[in-house]
Amino acid sequence: MSKLVGAVAVAGGGVAGIQSAIDLANSGLKVYLIESSTSIGGKMAQLDKTFPTLDCSMCTLSPKLAEVSRHPNIELLTYSEITSIEGKAGDFKVKVKRKATYVNPKNCTACGLCVSKCPVKVPDEYNEGGNNRKAIYLAFPQAVPRVYTIDAEKCLYLTKGKCGNCAKSCENDAINYEDKGEEIEINVGSVILSTGFEPFDATQLEQYRLDHPDVVTSMQFERQLSSSGPFEGHVTLSDGTHPKKIAWIQCIGSRSPEIGRRNCSSVCCMYATKEAMVAMEHDSELETTIFNIDVRAFGKGFEEFYQKAKNEKGVRFINSRPSGVEVDPNTNKLSLKYELEDGNGIRQEEFDMVVLSIGLTPSKSSKQLVNIAGVEMDDLGFVKTRIDRPVETTRPGIFVSGTMQAPKDIPDTVADASGAASKASSLLSSERGSLVTEKQYPTEKDVGDEVRTGVIVCRCGINIGNVVDVPNVVEYAKDLNGVAFVKEEVYACSSDSLVGIADMVKEHNLNRVVVASCTPRTHEPMFRETLMEAGLNPYMFELANIREHCSWVHQNEKEKATRKARDTVRMSVSRANLLQPLYKQKVEFNNSGLVIGGGIAGMNAALDIADKGFHVTLIEKKPELGGLLNTYTKLQDGRSTNEVLEPLIARVESHDNITVLIDAELVELEGSIGNFTAHVKGDGVDEEIQCGVAIIATGADELMPEGYFSYGKYPNIVTQSKLEHMIDKGMDAKNVVFIQCAGGRNDERPYCSRACCTVAMKNAIRLKEDNPKRNIYMLYRDIRTFGRWEDLYTHARELGVVFMRYTEDKEPQVDEKSIKMFDQLLNMNFDINYDLLVLSAPMVAPDTNETLAPLFKVPLDSNKFFLEAHIKLRPVEFATEGVFLCGTAQAPKLVDEAVSQASAAASRACTILSSDFLETIGNISVVDSELCIGCGRCTMVCPYKAPELQEVVVETEEITYTTKKCEINPTVCKGCGSCAAECPTGAITSRHFTTPQIMAVIKAYGEGL
Amino acid sequence: MTDLNLNFEPNILTFCCNWCSYAGADLAGVSRLQYPTNNRIVRVMCSSRIEPTFILEAFKEGADGVLITGCHIGDCHYIEGNEHTDERMKDMVNALERMGLGERLHLEWVSAAEGKKFQETMINFVDKIKALGPSPLEHKRVE
Repeated sequence: MSKLVGAVAVAGGGVAGIQSAIDLANSGLKVYLIESSTSIGGKMAQLDKTFPTLDCSMCTLSPKLAEVSRHPNIELLTYSEITSIEGKAGDFKVKVKRKATYVNPKNCTACGLCVSKCPVKVPDEYNEGGNNRKAIYLAFPQAVPRVYTIDAEKCLYLTKGKCGNCAKSCENDAINYEDKGEEIEINVGSVILSTGFEPFDATQLEQYRLDHPDVVTSMQFERQLSSSGPFEGHVTLSDGTHPKKIAWIQCIGSRSPEIGRRNCSSVCCMYATKEAMVAMEHDSELETTIFNIDVRAFGKGFEEFYQKAKNEKGVRFINSRPSGVEVDPNTNKLSLKYELEDGNGIRQEEFDMVVLSIGLTPSKSSKQLVNIAGVEMDDLGFVKTRIDRPVETTRPGIFVSGTMQAPKDIPDTVADASGAASKASSLLSSERGSLVTEKQYPTEKDVGDEVRTGVIVCRCGINIGNVVDVPNVVEYAKDLNGVAFVKEEVYACSSDSLVGIADMVKEHNLNRVVVASCTPRTHEPMFRETLMEAGLNPYMFELANIREHCSWVHQNEKEKATRKARDTVRMSVSRANLLQPLYKQKVEFNNSGLVIGGGIAGMNAALDIADKGFHVTLIEKKPELGGLLNTYTKLQDGRSTNEVLEPLIARVESHDNITVLIDAELVELEGSIGNFTAHVKGDGVDEEIQCGVAIIATGADELMPEGYFSYGKYPNIVTQSKLEHMIDKGMDAKNVVFIQCAGGRNDERPYCSRACCTVAMKNAIRLKEDNPKRNIYMLYRDIRTFGRWEDLYTHARELGVVFMRYTEDKEPQVDEKSIKMFDQLLNMNFDINYDLLVLSAPMVAPDTNETLAPLFKVPLDSNKFFLEAHIKLRPVEFATEGVFLCGTAQAPKLVDEAVSQASAAASRACTILSSDFLETIGNISVVDSELCIGCGRCTMVCPYKAPELQEVVVETEEITYTTKKCEINPTVCKGCGSCAAECPTGAITSRHFTTPQIMAVIKAYGEGL
Repeated sequence: MTDLNLNFEPNILTFCCNWCSYAGADLAGVSRLQYPTNNRIVRVMCSSRIEPTFILEAFKEGADGVLITGCHIGDCHYIEGNEHTDERMKDMVNALERMGLGERLHLEWVSAAEGKKFQETMINFVDKIKALGPSPLEHKRVE
């Protein structure tokens, strides 16, 4: 093998790039994360809430931003773009051009003084132009890195040589008008493309009147909804009032071949539904209407979300797409003309605001990057991949993820991103750890018994100093119990101050440090590192937040703010005095994997683990590998399933690192992350397998739709999988009818099965191509050929497949030879004679899920599929550490999505397997066994199942007895402290947030009252 | 309301979870959203860390009102910690009612993006406690 470089360039710092970077960095590879804008975060950072759970987008994203910013293996190159990629898989030379920011990141403390002095106002991109930013700016409050940038096109100094206010106001000499940017070359083994999408530019569709101030794009509306947006979450019209009626128009720039945007954008139906629901939460009187072609609620929990919006919240869905927005020339009022759903003509209706649901299009910079990378694009403008290799581009060593590959939602993007990381990491597995260096710190000094706390009170330029009387706080702190030394700093976080802190610790023999400055959420990691450099345990540190929580929110109450700052410092010191050194424990573990389920997901997951050099056992309950795909004969891209399955099975069976056990089932499982013991039993198999991680890939079954549409009553009614075999054998049925949602989207199975529309379309096309004279009718509720599969729907229509819409309350009635059907769009009854009726039945969760879930202590959702840890950002993980899931075990999906998830699960699993030890966090909870009464209340509140009751034998002088005591598994505990609050005897200590520490803070609070 | 109440500046102690409400308070700061100076903040990793004794101690030490804040239900960084908080606080309010303190404990979900809500929560809670007057518990009070 030629040279391999243990580094990866990840292009694009949205949620995809972030996820790839974290996975790779945690697997021991060096990562360059290259982002063209000034901050990572991407489009997700702009979203208010996310569907279908209405989670706060920023709340779930910002911990990931922080993780990237402080990961030692990730080098963040923002405001930078790739200009060339040369070389081959394993050894690429990548040139990166960094644009000039005119701010020295080493000196900028993001205090923001420059912003208040900058006279230039520029429409704020983050808020979609809803308000203004300055020419020197931070993209958004949680931006990473926290360094300001000067907008060279707008800056008065850079354009006209005037002003210079920012340089004058900066007290840390961070402004550098001479910055020219730079071009650097990096050497990497692999490149991941994830520069995402661009929202469709709706100004090119003049008929939709984006020029009218009350017609907004869905992205603008998203910012309007956000409490950090231009209107603080209150949807506002151009006249300053709030709308009473809002309409969404779907498919703006999607499903529109006439403007060259053929594909469905996959996410708009759901985000529009979400926006309508959130807007109604803000204003219960609000009327909302979503004009659509079909409502594409195809993902996990989406159909249920849509039904809730429609039936419980009163969002009106109208199956009609207005061809434009009408503006009354006299009143300037907005109205929409649309076809009535009962086929009785056209109606014109007024709305206060119209939201254009703009689609996802490949961005210009993505197209450029595709050219630079020399990878092929498909005819829709997305990066070309194969459905059985969804993250691999046409150039070896270069991978793709997220919306650059196809329009998709956040969980699919995150799965792709981990999948791409898996492929890059497999390629470079021999180089893990070769380019990452662990930072060396001096030996920790003994803390001793005497408390010697040092306090630094920061002025943060004038941010704190202009409101809080800092010298007063300094004097006050000197008299506090335990304080050995106090000093004032202009910027505690500047690099020279940090050196000063380390010197101070040594000089005054300090063993605890309190910095009174800003928020620990951004600054604690940095100060902790400083302590380590000074030979102190990083947990001996405490931040007193006197900026965000004091000087910034009490700007006109200097005296009271000073008193608050004194109180805050006193409370922090009281806590600091009780801090104890904490250590991350290192636990040995078994670095092999277990995959349950030998379908396409399980096989791919096993291969991805095995390719990284780890052993994996793959167990399958059936006598052969292949899973659900064995029952189909063609894939949606037209290739036969065998073409994909046969080589895959051959690779799995011949791989040195894979042991395959067929006809075998998991019957027992013990242990936890790192050290599971799995008991596998079956035909000739009875084994105990030791493994560190496990992946559940148990798949789904096609429902045999007994009781639906006369299935089972007449012989000429079949399901899709049966049809595929019939087509292969040759069939002569002339009149073929498809009924979609047979047994799905009803009370019993409220979910949409995602794949059936695409599968039905594939088969309808095959039947038409086989015999163009054949009559094919497809009876549907909504056609959900999302993303690029819209092309199949278009093709089926071109071939003459007849589509008829039915509603759940008026289902088609099936007799032996004919079907009575009420067409909702035409408002007419039809009798259709058929030779063959094909039912699109949903995928259903296998019964074995209910026996498997308790073994792993993982939950199932209401449809009996496995429930992942977080529906957006942790799609292939469980809350239970070390256990992962992929494929249709999670929810119904297509082959490419199952494969992408399989690689993702392997990637997440291998971040664990690649380490030398399992490392716990420092602030875990521990049990005092003497005090524990074995009540088990802690086991009921822990979401991670970290506390477990163990039988122990207690021997005293008088008596020996057996009882139960709780033990907390340190590798599983996340340190939330819920168990400590629940424990009735105080047996549990939540480290770093102990009861004495918190009580000391409360007592200190009282001392100043 | 008596004249005494008009001049009354209540002492508020607020518990924030690290991931959502503390971040919401940070965002209020970053956005320079002004609110009264009456509160002091105690940070915990999750609102589910908060023990009943912390709240009792706060009242004992002189708090006129205690505010518990955390992630919205469904947003919890620890999946379901805030659901336990919700249950415990309901019990706690019941217990405090018997001491005449029931209305002085308030639970509010504040997300990392809700700086404005944090500000409003502060303003409203201070107003509410002002209307209630000083805590009936005897304790030292400045002036």
